[in-house]
Amino acid sequence: MQHVSPIREPLVTGGKTYHDITEDVCRQVEAKPNMRWAIALAVALVGFAIFCYSVYRTLWYGIGEWGLNKTVGWAWDITNFVWWVGIGHAGTLISAILLLFRQKWRTSINRAAEAMTIFAVICAAMFPVLHMGRPWMALWVLPLPNTYGSLWVNFNSPLLWDVFAISTYFSVSLVFWYIGLIPDFATIRDRATGPIARRAYAFLSFGWTGSAKAWSRYETVSLILAGLATPLVLSVHTIVSFDFATSVIPGWHTTIFPPYFVAGAIFSGFAMVLTLMIITRKVFKLEDYITLEHIESMNKVIILTGSIVGVAYITEFFIAWYSQVEYEQYAFINRATGPYWWAYWSMMTCNVITPQLFWFRSIRRSLTATFIITIFVNIGMWFERFVIIVTSLHRDYLPSSWAMFSPTIIDVGVYVGTIGLFFTLFLLFAKYFPVINMAEVKAILKSSSEVKPHANTMHGTPKDSNSNTSHSNE
Amino acid sequence: MNKKFVLGIYDDEDVLLTAIENVRAAGTKIYEVFSPFPIHGIDDVLGIKRSRLPIAAFFFGLFGCSFALWMQIWMLGFDWPMIIGGKPHIALPAFIPVTFELTVLFAAHGMVITFFIVTKLKPSTKVPVFDKRSTDDKFVMAIEVKDGVTDIAALNNLLRTNGAIEVNQKEVLK
Repeated sequence: MQHVSPIREPLVTGGKTYHDITEDVCRQVEAKPNMRWAIALAVALVGFAIFCYSVYRTLWYGIGEWGLNKTVGWAWDITNFVWWVGIGHAGTLISAILLLFRQKWRTSINRAAEAMTIFAVICAAMFPVLHMGRPWMALWVLPLPNTYGSLWVNFNSPLLWDVFAISTYFSVSLVFWYIGLIPDFATIRDRATGPIARRAYAFLSFGWTGSAKAWSRYETVSLILAGLATPLVLSVHTIVSFDFATSVIPGWHTTIFPPYFVAGAIFSGFAMVLTLMIITRKVFKLEDYITLEHIESMNKVIILTGSIVGVAYITEFFIAWYSQVEYEQYAFINRATGPYWWAYWSMMTCNVITPQLFWFRSIRRSLTATFIITIFVNIGMWFERFVIIVTSLHRDYLPSSWAMFSPTIIDVGVYVGTIGLFFTLFLLFAKYFPVINMAEVKAILKSSSEVKPHANTMHGTPKDSNSNTSHSNE
Repeated sequence: MNKKFVLGIYDDEDVLLTAIENVRAAGTKIYEVFSPFPIHGIDDVLGIKRSRLPIAAFFFGLFGCSFALWMQIWMLGFDWPMIIGGKPHIALPAFIPVTFELTVLFAAHGMVITFFIVTKLKPSTKVPVFDKRSTDDKFVMAIEVKDGVTDIAALNNLLRTNGAIEVNQKEVLK
């Protein structure tokens, strides 16, 4: 087997066997919905109803239902869009980048984190589409032949790059996630007792048998998809930041934006993964699979990316002063001391100060503290996007057109509604899909479990054959 | 035509790997091995060749890249040239993001569709496994039985001495 340092903490505790993993993960899928889940779904559905109503108002009466004015033409909609896309990035980071880095601790959280990616991108996509005002025209963002010439889309525009980036990101993430689900659906299919469940999961498992040849190809496909998804996820938030960086608005027109946005995305995404996982492991009794070790590892990513974001905030200020451009300088002084000072300092407190508490090991390993800090980070990252977007727009070059932005109830409704939509999807996923990748956890069990699983020693110790040593780096 | 198989059931992947080597060394052809998770090193002992899917992915990506560049250059450079932001009609740097995205899109989906086709994965309501425990915690080695040629008793013995916890027979309708 692979060499694992003895000082590494086990990734699976409780002395599980392969069969225990199947039991623990499938229990949730096979059992009748419990009361707590039903109540949570009911609350999420209320959120979803708010979403439907707000969307109805937005479409029926137009985007005049939102608080936008001619100075602040982008506000909550784009803030929410960037916030949701950013949250989605953690899933891809866990499933793709950590796969390339051979980080085994990703195996028990990647399924749920990737589901979060997909649902977050669905929520994000609502905002640009709704902001079009006439979403039934959304098809024309694609270069389709038409009777105007053909008059094509503008490939020089970052907003069009976004269309390609987000749709590629969504579809590739979905496929990556589904490929990982196929073997686990096969496991559920082979355990299913009812004819409907068996047929449904047989359909979903695509006739998977788990033959050695199929596994070999499966691993190749996973590795190549991870290799493709890694630059993809970095490109997506880079392109999102281009929406701002390629404009001439003070506070937006900066070259620091792509790395700064990517770090912020991973930062907020890990916070959301933690928020969800702390609840999921408790509700579904998966403490042996999502251990404190996993939570601590994620907290370390949060402190790294949170510090990068903090440095970026300070760099922006420095460059504004150093550039000697008065508009740029005013934009930043206005952020910190202008009418939106409270948003700026909320952002600074939540994103730069609170994550620094994770330098203490006891806080990194405390569930309550982690949960509270991740909520702070989620809020702080929302404020970051709000600060960037609204404070830059509300006082531009022409003081006579300076204005303030205040959201309407419909603005709030669409935002809160997407949270409802997100949790509706996540709760349905958590009930009917295996929330932990059983096959991958089984594959790391021997090297990373607390107690070695039952080994058949009756016929001599398993030979440490050359085939094993040649693959010892997994 | 019905096919008959002898199934050796194992409960540990390291025992299985040794067993595969010994069974193959004894001159028995293994039809297929089923496992609940990918076993490292099994490709070598079974003699499975490296998958060529990465090569397929490369060519799909190359196609996506060329297609994206051709599309943008033709649309904005030739079919309907327009001056946008004072840039040249064919503003290559501005075409890079879409080119990159379409490269990834074609490479990923092309490879996955190829994977589904070559592995014969498609939605179906049949349950195709030989032994249902092989998607849970058991490892199954299937050896095809040829009437009059295969000595089932000897095979049974070979599998058991190599650590099989059970040896079963199964007929599959083809």
